[in-house]
Amino acid sequence: MPGKLKAKIVAGRHLPVMDRASDLTDAFVEVKFGNTTFKTDVYPKSLNPQWNSEWFKFEVDDEDLQDEPLQITVLDHDTYSANDAIGKVYIDIDPLLCSEAATVISGWLPIYDTIHGIRGEINVLVKVDLFNDLNRFRQSSCGVKFFCTTSIPRCYRAIMVHGFVEELVVNEDPEYQWIDRIRTPRASNEARQRLIFLMSGELQRKIGLKVLEMGGNAVVGYLQCFDLEGESGLVVRAIGTACTLEKISSTLPATATHPSNSSPSKDMKEPGFGEEAPGVPLSSGPPTPLRAQTFSSFSPSKSYSRQSSSSDTELSLTPKTGMGSGGSAGKEGGPLKALLRQQTQSALEQREYPFFTLAAFPPGFLLHVGGVVSARSVKLLDRIHNPDEPETRDAWWEEIRQEIKSHAKALGCHAVVGYSESTSICEEVCILSASGTAAILSSRFMQDGPLDTEHRLSRQPLCVFSTGSERVEGDMGSSASLGFEEVVSPGCGFCHIPYDELNIPFPAQLTYCYCCRRYKVPDVLFTTIDLPTEANVTGKGCLIQARLCRTKKKAQGEGNATVISNLLPFLEYELHTQLMNKLKLRGMNALFGLRIQISVGETMLLGLASATGVYLTALPSPGGIQIAGKTPSDITYEQHISNMQKKINDTIAKNKELYEINPPEVVEEIIGSPIPEPRQRSRLFRSQSESSDEVSELDLSHGKKDAFVLEIDDTDAVEDIHALLTDSPTPAGFYSCNTEIMPGIQNWTSAIQMFTSVRVFRLNANLTNQGLNKIFSDLCENLLKSLYFKLRSMVPCCLCHLNFTVAIPEDELIQVAVTAVAMSFDKEQLLENGKQSGEKTLIKAITENDEQLQFNLELNAETSAPNPLSSPKGLSEVGSHLSARASSVDYSSFADRCSSWIEQLKLKAHTIRRGSVKTTSSMEKASPLPEGRSRSLRSNRSYSGSSVAVVKMTPLSFIPGAKIIKYLGIINMFFIRETTSLREEGGVSGFLHTFIAEVFAMVRAHVAALGGNAVVSYSMKECVFMENPNKNQAQCLINVSGDAVMFVRESELESTSVQTQSATTHTSNGAEGT
Amino acid sequence: MSVELDVFVGNTTIMDKEVYQLWLNGYTVNDAVKVRIEGGVMEECEASAEVLLSDTMDQYRTFQMCERLLHHPAKLANQLLFQIPPDRQAMLIERYYAFDDSFVREVLGKKLSKGTKKDLDDVSTKTGITLKSCRRQFDNFKRVFKVVEELKGPLVENIRQHFLLPDQLARDYAAIVFFANNRFETGKKKLHYLTFQDFAFCAGQLINNWTLGAVDNIMEDMDVDLDKEFLQELKDLKILITDKDLLDQHKSLVCTALRGKTNVFNEMEANFKNLSRGLVNIAAKLINAKDVRDFFIDLVEKFIEPFSLCLLYMGVIKSCILRMYHD
Repeated sequence: MPGKLKAKIVAGRHLPVMDRASDLTDAFVEVKFGNTTFKTDVYPKSLNPQWNSEWFKFEVDDEDLQDEPLQITVLDHDTYSANDAIGKVYIDIDPLLCSEAATVISGWLPIYDTIHGIRGEINVLVKVDLFNDLNRFRQSSCGVKFFCTTSIPRCYRAIMVHGFVEELVVNEDPEYQWIDRIRTPRASNEARQRLIFLMSGELQRKIGLKVLEMGGNAVVGYLQCFDLEGESGLVVRAIGTACTLEKISSTLPATATHPSNSSPSKDMKEPGFGEEAPGVPLSSGPPTPLRAQTFSSFSPSKSYSRQSSSSDTELSLTPKTGMGSGGSAGKEGGPLKALLRQQTQSALEQREYPFFTLAAFPPGFLLHVGGVVSARSVKLLDRIHNPDEPETRDAWWEEIRQEIKSHAKALGCHAVVGYSESTSICEEVCILSASGTAAILSSRFMQDGPLDTEHRLSRQPLCVFSTGSERVEGDMGSSASLGFEEVVSPGCGFCHIPYDELNIPFPAQLTYCYCCRRYKVPDVLFTTIDLPTEANVTGKGCLIQARLCRTKKKAQGEGNATVISNLLPFLEYELHTQLMNKLKLRGMNALFGLRIQISVGETMLLGLASATGVYLTALPSPGGIQIAGKTPSDITYEQHISNMQKKINDTIAKNKELYEINPPEVVEEIIGSPIPEPRQRSRLFRSQSESSDEVSELDLSHGKKDAFVLEIDDTDAVEDIHALLTDSPTPAGFYSCNTEIMPGIQNWTSAIQMFTSVRVFRLNANLTNQGLNKIFSDLCENLLKSLYFKLRSMVPCCLCHLNFTVAIPEDELIQVAVTAVAMSFDKEQLLENGKQSGEKTLIKAITENDEQLQFNLELNAETSAPNPLSSPKGLSEVGSHLSARASSVDYSSFADRCSSWIEQLKLKAHTIRRGSVKTTSSMEKASPLPEGRSRSLRSNRSYSGSSVAVVKMTPLSFIPGAKIIKYLGIINMFFIRETTSLREEGGVSGFLHTFIAEVFAMVRAHVAALGGNAVVSYSMKECVFMENPNKNQAQCLINVSGDAVMFVRESELESTSVQTQSATTHTSNGAEGT
Repeated sequence: MSVELDVFVGNTTIMDKEVYQLWLNGYTVNDAVKVRIEGGVMEECEASAEVLLSDTMDQYRTFQMCERLLHHPAKLANQLLFQIPPDRQAMLIERYYAFDDSFVREVLGKKLSKGTKKDLDDVSTKTGITLKSCRRQFDNFKRVFKVVEELKGPLVENIRQHFLLPDQLARDYAAIVFFANNRFETGKKKLHYLTFQDFAFCAGQLINNWTLGAVDNIMEDMDVDLDKEFLQELKDLKILITDKDLLDQHKSLVCTALRGKTNVFNEMEANFKNLSRGLVNIAAKLINAKDVRDFFIDLVEKFIEPFSLCLLYMGVIKSCILRMYHD
């Protein structure tokens, strides 16, 4: 019985009128955990009851603490008939189980009913006392921290990155149980909500156990998804990256820098669901009783990204021979490099799946990027017979992961980063997709031992740059002499090919890196990760989307699966072609955050690929797009073509200006390139029959740069070009991307606006593919236009992390949901940066590198311990700095100060109770600044009752102009809303509008109750909307997640950090001078 | 083919002031879109009519969802559903409770009942204000009236606190409540020349001086009703016209006070007896509810009109005499 959960019901407000006669309510509350229920007294005749209950105490196993939510039900007492439920609040107490997260849940939480929505609020207090766990056979994994953020969270430092963790649990969906026929919709919805809550808790606990087994203490990039498989059940699955994290004391110099600056310590997040066409065919036929269809996709023409591809339609189970296998990878570099790589590789090979859900990495972690790898498979769902053994689902994912692994190998890579998994279900057909970016990682976070600091030190020479895109060569030697890893320039190193250039797994054009001129780079790079902060980029980036809609014959069962499998490769290929064309049209050469979503419906397939295009300075300038007709005899036709060509050229020129892409002219000197000097031309083929043709036989180019030819000998291509040119440019003052930040923009103001927009479009029957395509494309374009219009007051601004989700909720319906954040930035800075943004970034990066370095040196000097990282002295040193500074912070009122001290005392008591708490965390607790602030914030909010504290929400991992000082726990909420009076609630739009607003409100309230003032890495992972207007009914399910955090404005911190900053500026100036 | 569902929800609720005003004015979505197009917002932001329509619908929906909160402005501050910055909240409330002078003139002093509400379409036709807007304004009056009717304490302060209105608006509402409660007649043709602000000024004077709250600042502080005792005592003023001595004394006091302060002093002095009688008669009757209602019309009929008639008469005579006089 290692835990005691305590809950106190304080008061209610804004309750609905439950008694028509008196226009009042006799409310009481049931508090339930597990099988124990407590009740408050009835507070008669009030809409604002004051229960002020005693502390209800639940003595429970910590296993239950992790699995179960605290369930609070508000009821109206009725003497004669059954009590009426007003609504419920589910409280996830997981954040209270981790010593570094929240310590108490306290505040006003919305009372939610699945039929009526929010019905008033309730003020509760929840605490947990954990007894010291002597850790025998642990079933629980209390204390493991979870983060949705797909990078190392700010205010933590990664000591070890252990690797991939995954788990899934299945159950019957209550909605499909026999009992559902006799119970009310409310009961059914609540059963479902509760079940999913339980399942997520269980899943998290199981993943936590795996993390503990691996020796980690946290999961980063935690991605949890629901598969509503209908009749066949409910699957909750999660993936993440196990890490060992260490809290950085909150006023480290490095963190005092502006978070929106591209500092190397900065983390970015991109929960990319990106997928890419798998070149290597998928293994097929699971030996289970389940029928399954797998498909193989092929890339009929060139693979312009570095993805593994087979050059023909052959279906094979193994990677093509001749592709870079693990062994061939070593050939690329010198012997030292090979050795190092082998080291890393062996470290990775011990793992089943060398996957990382991270999309941004600590500096020096990501060495090379191979390209996007992805795999899909089409499965037929069958009832899950035994929920306790979800083996078939496990097997399905295992298959896909194996394939991803082999793809990565084929690219000469030993790891997959930016990894994600997703599904699309329609009736009994399910498409499973996984994708990531093949990469080579540094071993430094993957070996035991105190490597971290030494590596940081080894990075020092790297900071010596000459400005511009070239780096000083000297640093190679010095850092290499430290002998830990191959050291590459952070600005271009990741672009260098990881595979063997003599044995390229797919046709590609290699050139010497335009930055360092030492290694080979490909002509185009596609990835699912965020743009590394240290990357050298020319100009700005922009959102690039490929959209595709394909009709499909209605079919059943296996036949349907076959049809879908057959369609998928074409879909992916065309998406890929579109992406490529649009990328070229913008004069860019790389895609980041690529996410391809394929959605399946009864009569159509939807494909949406989103990514952020940039111009990587290290990669060659992309060639233009050239149009070629097949019948050159006709003059008008010729003219038509030349007109179009002109239009395209104009657009490219315009885009280059718009995105400020003017790469420094470099003298073309290709030395000893194995690639024939006249660049290989590539051509796009429209018809599938030609797919295996090689392209080099036709040289249509006039100049070196025209590497891309678009043939318009059929209608498809015309449509393509049309689509290419109709993408309307973003209005003045707007930029957009689907990654964390936009290269070239740094000066964010604190104005952010997170939003969700949903559109459902009804199609006419009998549309052609072309018609469908146009509609789908227009739908997305119009949605974007509406967003720009809505947010016009924020100009100049950038829509970051634009995350599109498409679905086919019914036949003839297309649903598009977008969640993103609009962030304003300072224009002057922009103009200034416009000219030399690349340079600027670089300098910034250097400066901040120095700051970070300086800290490390300082730390070493102070401690001079053999293992500086685990030395508590260094931390305490910083801690005392902190407390000294905190005294200068002006508390708004005396009361605040009092409450902060009281809280501090409480916290200390708490810490003691908890027993074995790490030194670092107790240090952190002892600092009055963050705790004091949080308390003052909360006490204002909870008890004054006058106004509601502002809670910011963002899909990004940071808040501009502010510093995250504490992570309070993961937010993972699932809601169902149903109505039987759709018209009265304002139709479908009114219904969904209210529901989304309610979900936001509940997220904000729970974050505030945890003591936070923002949620970062927020995402809406599921939005399933169903309607039946004839019956006046609608139902919607929403699943959201994110990390609750506490931040302080940098302006508030300034007074405290001036000293540090001046010191660092001094040193960085010195560094620049050298 | 159609957009079946289209929503936009921001973490901070986005509200366009211009659209809000159009909504308050009772424009339909389509009319609002037309107005916005004419306003040139499309060119400014490179938007299409479609985008404008979507935005307008969305905003309208947001306002409708907010409307029930605006009925209890204090709730707006501590509700959780919409995250609205405080300055925006104040704007929303102020504009929601703002009213048209031409509308309020039509209902001022009328009973805020269902019957009056039914007649709003006539008011709408007459004033050119949309029925929807009329209803909102009427409901606002009624809501404020209902809340402060039974409240103790100063009327203006009560309104300001319960509805979070700016000072001037709270005073105006106090006037409206006061007029509605006492059912002052303001609609007669003879009163048409008076603006709402004229009445509001008078109401302010009456509230400050003639109500219970004005007399004693104790618990029984009620600003809505006229002080009955005071009205009773007004009867005694009759003595000012019946008693010759007092009449003269009154006259001399008034004349001393007004000498040199008004350019119609002479006329006033000449007609003092008639004027004084008119006023005293009005005052003496105020104890009857019916006569309270006619207070303003009486003032006009029994004092202002005779006086201005007299002024007119005197003016003409004066000019004639001056003309006729030849020395």
